[in-house]
Amino acid sequence: MLLLFLGPFVLLTVLFFVMPAIITAFLALTNLDAAFQGTYVGLDNFRGLFADPLLPRVLLNTVVYVFFTLICFNTGLGLVLALLTTHIPDRVGTVFRAIWLLPRLTPMVVYGLLWLWFVDPTKYGMLNTARSWFGLAPLDLISASPWLVIVLVNGFIGASLGMVILTSAIKSVPEDYVRAARVDGASSLAIVRHVILPLIRWPLTFVLVNQTLALLTSYEYILLVTGGGPFYDTTVYALYVFRRAIQNGDYGYGAALAFILVVVGAVAALSYWRLLNFERMISAPKIEAD
Amino acid sequence: MGRIVLDKLGKRFGVVEALRDLNLEIADAELIALLGPSGCGKTTTLLMLAGIYKPTSGQILFDGVAVNDLPPQDRHIGMVFQSYALYPHMTVFDNIAFPLRLLRRPVDEIQRRVLEAAALVQIEALMDRRPSQLSGGQQQRTALARALVKQPTLLLLDEPLSNLDAKLRVLMRAEIKHLQRRLGITTILVTHDQVEAMTMADRIAVLRDGLLQQVGTPDDLYYRPANTFVAGFIGSPPMNFIPAQVETTDGQVAFAAEGMRLPAAEWTAPHLARRRGGPVLVGVRPEDIRLSLVPGESAVQGRILDVEPLGRELVVAVTVGRQVVVAIAEHGFAGKPDQPVGMFVPPERIYVFDPTTESAIV
Repeated sequence: MLLLFLGPFVLLTVLFFVMPAIITAFLALTNLDAAFQGTYVGLDNFRGLFADPLLPRVLLNTVVYVFFTLICFNTGLGLVLALLTTHIPDRVGTVFRAIWLLPRLTPMVVYGLLWLWFVDPTKYGMLNTARSWFGLAPLDLISASPWLVIVLVNGFIGASLGMVILTSAIKSVPEDYVRAARVDGASSLAIVRHVILPLIRWPLTFVLVNQTLALLTSYEYILLVTGGGPFYDTTVYALYVFRRAIQNGDYGYGAALAFILVVVGAVAALSYWRLLNFERMISAPKIEAD
Repeated sequence: MGRIVLDKLGKRFGVVEALRDLNLEIADAELIALLGPSGCGKTTTLLMLAGIYKPTSGQILFDGVAVNDLPPQDRHIGMVFQSYALYPHMTVFDNIAFPLRLLRRPVDEIQRRVLEAAALVQIEALMDRRPSQLSGGQQQRTALARALVKQPTLLLLDEPLSNLDAKLRVLMRAEIKHLQRRLGITTILVTHDQVEAMTMADRIAVLRDGLLQQVGTPDDLYYRPANTFVAGFIGSPPMNFIPAQVETTDGQVAFAAEGMRLPAAEWTAPHLARRRGGPVLVGVRPEDIRLSLVPGESAVQGRILDVEPLGRELVVAVTVGRQVVVAIAEHGFAGKPDQPVGMFVPPERIYVFDPTTESAIV
């Protein structure tokens, strides 16, 4: 019985997480190149990490990217959207959230292209058309402030997961607490601060942790919008792995970089699990199978 | 001062009319109960008084001032919720202090007033606990202290005792009543429990399907119910309703039903005169019926269907013809099921209702 229920998921995890991780670990010990030729080189690739002149820049980029996207959008805007859409009539809120979720259902490339058209540097881009109405000259936003565009592109789509999770968390706060706080004299803002936020602390922490890990491994939109350039200026760690391994054909070194990310992710996930006591958030099963 | 007037108050939720044209005046320092089954509009009324719902029609006046558009925080009310709604992440002290902190009172004043409120309900020893570490009774007291700490002019209690066990309920009933008298706060109690309403309230307003049925003192409602709904809702076990006809023989008015003939009280004759031969609904409270096992002693003869011992008294169900009548017998009543039994009903204890309008006739 146990195998029947868990089996499919164990299989998926082994096939798409454990196996690739093991293969990555093995590849990291080779100098496999674009022609798929390589020999065992021991820990040379890992030693190379310390000598990589690009890596400090990439790490700093990663911190900037994760921090701003996470705080301003994936958690911050997600929370704001959840609060706003639960404080307006229910049906309007649902429609609004559904619209905000649309990009998630859109293929990544389409979403990325939409942004590229929006910030197109010529006068035909949407942003520049709008600027022309006010007599402003066309702006090349991607060159002028690439980080702004990257954070916006990732943030607007990233906020929706937090929005959905936090919306259901806010809705699960018993109505009586909010009513009691109103009678006690609290304004809407005071209710959010003193009642709602403390009561949704766990889901909020979950969103924060989950999105940190998700952002650490994400690079798709950056690849689509700036390609990590100019040079390596907007390349984050996950994109660096992709560029070194796939674009430069340096599979051995790329695997070493990727392996570090796997280890960081696994260690972070496990320590969050322990530190934040995730087990408390999981309700006991209603039935048990032997 | 806390004089409350509800003037033609109404509330709709879409097509559902939760409350219609409620007129009610509540005197300063009065404890009034809104009584009725679930869905009767009593909680809707309370939430409108609290300022959480907006009335769709009519007015709410606090001391002569309309407060329809006043937000809850400006109404000087304290409220105890059925669920108590104690903030789970705050200690007892912080829960009680919350309304004062929102008013930005000085720290030493908050400290003093919280301890005063806690002393009123005897929870001074629990100040550092969290709600989850409190018993139901202690949670109830904390909720009361939080409602009272602002020194409100109006106290709203939403089914405050329904989550307590039977023993504690009797205790808290007396305590809340005593506290209310002592502090002289106008109080509105919402309940579906007629015993709670009868024992605690100065006056009771009975609601049904959003319509006010009757307002009066507990005695008014018990002895002079306006209709069959109020008569059946107040009192336990509920009043017996027996379809009957008004008969007059030798100037004596009586109610004739299957297997029984109950003489009416003399003073009721003029009221019943024009209903001669017509149908009425006769109401008899179980506690007004006297049962007798001595054959031939009473006019009404029945057969015992069931006997439920309640300790101090017994609830006896008696079949008379096809009608089942419930009576209360004193401790020591020896009747057994299937035994013939005589019933005696004092004429002055008979209630008469119109079977179509359900209103009281006398």
